[in-house]
Amino acid sequence: MNQSINRSRTVCKIISNRPLVDQVFEIILACPEIVKKVRPGQFINLYCRHSGRLLPRPISVCEVDLRNGHLHLIYAILGKGTEEFSGYKAGETMEIMGPFGNGFNLDSSDGNYLIIGGGVGTPPMVELCKQLKGKKTIVAGFRDNPYLVDRLKQYGDVYITTDNGSAGFKGHVVEFIEQRGLKGTIYACGPAPMLQGIQAYAKKHGLQAYLSLEERMGCGFGACVGCVTKVVADTDTGWRYKKVCKDGPVFDAGEVLFP
Amino acid sequence: MKLTVTIAGVELKNPIMTASGTFGSGRDFEPYTDLNKIGCVVVKGVASREWAGNPPPRIVETYGGMINAIGLQNPGIDVFCKEDIPFLRQFDTKIGVNISGKTIDEYVEVAERLASEDVDLLELNISCPNVKEGGVAFGVDPFMAALVTGAVKKVARQPLIVKLSPNVTDITTIAKAVEDGGADAVSLINTLIGSRIDIHKQKFILSTRQGGLSGPAIKPVAIRMVYEVANAVNLPVIGMGGIMSGEDAVEFMMAGANAIAVGTANLLDPAATMNILAELETFMRNKQIEDVNDIVGVVNKAAISP
Ligand SMILES: Cc1cc2nc3c(=O)[nH]c(=O)nc-3n(C[C@H](O)[C@H](O)[C@H](O)COP(=O)(O)OP(=O)(O)OC[C@H]3O[C@@H](n4cnc5c(N)ncnc54)[C@H](O)[C@@H]3O)c2cc1C
Ligand SMILES: Cc1cc2nc3c(=O)[nH]c(=O)nc-3n(C[C@H](O)[C@H](O)[C@H](O)COP(=O)(O)O)c2cc1C
Ligand code: FES
Repeated sequence: MNQSINRSRTVCKIISNRPLVDQVFEIILACPEIVKKVRPGQFINLYCRHSGRLLPRPISVCEVDLRNGHLHLIYAILGKGTEEFSGYKAGETMEIMGPFGNGFNLDSSDGNYLIIGGGVGTPPMVELCKQLKGKKTIVAGFRDNPYLVDRLKQYGDVYITTDNGSAGFKGHVVEFIEQRGLKGTIYACGPAPMLQGIQAYAKKHGLQAYLSLEERMGCGFGACVGCVTKVVADTDTGWRYKKVCKDGPVFDAGEVLFP
Repeated sequence: MKLTVTIAGVELKNPIMTASGTFGSGRDFEPYTDLNKIGCVVVKGVASREWAGNPPPRIVETYGGMINAIGLQNPGIDVFCKEDIPFLRQFDTKIGVNISGKTIDEYVEVAERLASEDVDLLELNISCPNVKEGGVAFGVDPFMAALVTGAVKKVARQPLIVKLSPNVTDITTIAKAVEDGGADAVSLINTLIGSRIDIHKQKFILSTRQGGLSGPAIKPVAIRMVYEVANAVNLPVIGMGGIMSGEDAVEFMMAGANAIAVGTANLLDPAATMNILAELETFMRNKQIEDVNDIVGVVNKAAISP
């Protein structure tokens, strides 16, 4: 039995769960029903076994393997929940729910794309690159050890940046794209300061940009209004909160108001 | 097997309600839940006009629970009436509207606006810890609690539930005050005020520093308070606080709740209400309980006969 429905969650079999680099794991899950529905940029709620840890851990879809019904997710060990996940073994099961979120807009007709990932914002770029047709320039920034580089190379020119210069360009991705003057429709996911830099870069050069944001989540499917981010709106104040889980996680760079 | 319960003259097909703010207006739950099977859907808090809510982060996990600081973000009563009431009316369930306000006038305005709307119950939220004015300021002072209850009761056309705060020394004092003020029922508990600090950044995690603790972690406190209130007032009691299973629901009813509300559990499993109902039915079948009302407050009877 690969998959059974237990309540609204899916109990799925763990195919493998192994480190890519120090503190970063790739987990492969068998969940054919979910895999059929996934779009690039969407995320999956992972649930802990520990009964004290109730809330979902949202993790972006890295890649889907439709033929085998496998879902590939990449997570960094950040706290107790992701540490728990890192101890899971192949053959065991875990509970997940999704896919959630809007995903990336694949319709932009530009044909020339600048794909930017920072740290664990890089994994969702794999499935995006796979499905996006056109010329892709891919920039991925890491603190020290890069990962996913070979997978991304199948889809375009890949540039790596690291904070300490241990691989590729020494510095941040925004410094790199500025230095090279890279252009194209931007798809970006990563830490907020990076996205803010990209927003400014896109504005300066008149580029269309899509940013995938993160926020702490209570449910992941729109019910708790916990995961909000500020966006430009036609209100008295000029802004309103939108839900990252449902209205996002991908937003038009032009509407995002960083704090 | 009889599951119907009556709250202030309104008959619910079963004692399962939703706790305000954890079920939206039901739309996000449709793929997982048959809304026709819920006794009463209590919607998220609604105010006289749009409230932006608090800045993020609004959510933090705690052991066996969560702390929220949503700040009652809502689109205002007009949008609610136009969009949510027609949506919910498609289903065979009762509609409870949870009312937020910063002043007595604002609570009254919402209740007045709802007087001509097709909803079944009003729930006055005088216990939200996440807004500066109103909310909990009314809920921790018996005089103010009675005052706002009385003012709303005067204009209300639907039975009025008053939602009590656990952040008080003696919850029965507030319960009696709202009973005197004209409440038709009470619901409890709202969230307990809590906080969490990021020890690496040396700062509070929530933007508002503190928020409302909910989930299984608060259940024992809620059970105790439901028991106290059920014995202090002559009103129907709606119990909530960490209900995750049918057994939890039974426990609240045995403590004295006439109906129960499922909160945080909805966020963790959008089919939670369905499962809790099924588990309640199984419990009744196994124990040969014919009428769910028979278990309400049974601990009192047990205490008398040794
Ligand atoms: C849409 C989205 C996609 C994401 N995709 C990925 C991904 O592909 N790979 C990856 O490694 N990480 C991703 N994250 C971040 C990931 O969700 C957190 O690192 C993870 O939840 C931390 O859990 P923990 O138990 O280890 O940390 P703890 O700090 O112990 O978690 C406590 C609580 O805080 C929440 N939390 C803590 N940090 C974050 C954060 N940065 N974002 C959201 N919630 C947080 C947790 O979910 C949990 O509820 C994503 C976040 C979002 C919102
Ligand atoms: C995210 C969230 C939002 C809430 N919003 C409201 C609200 O708008 N009005 C209200 O009266 N209570 C609100 N509450 C409180 C719940 O209705 C309930 O009283 C409390 O969470 C305890 O029940 P639980 O432990 O089952 O969640 C909210 C709770 C949560 C977790
Ligand atoms: S996480 Fe609950 S609404 Fe987004």
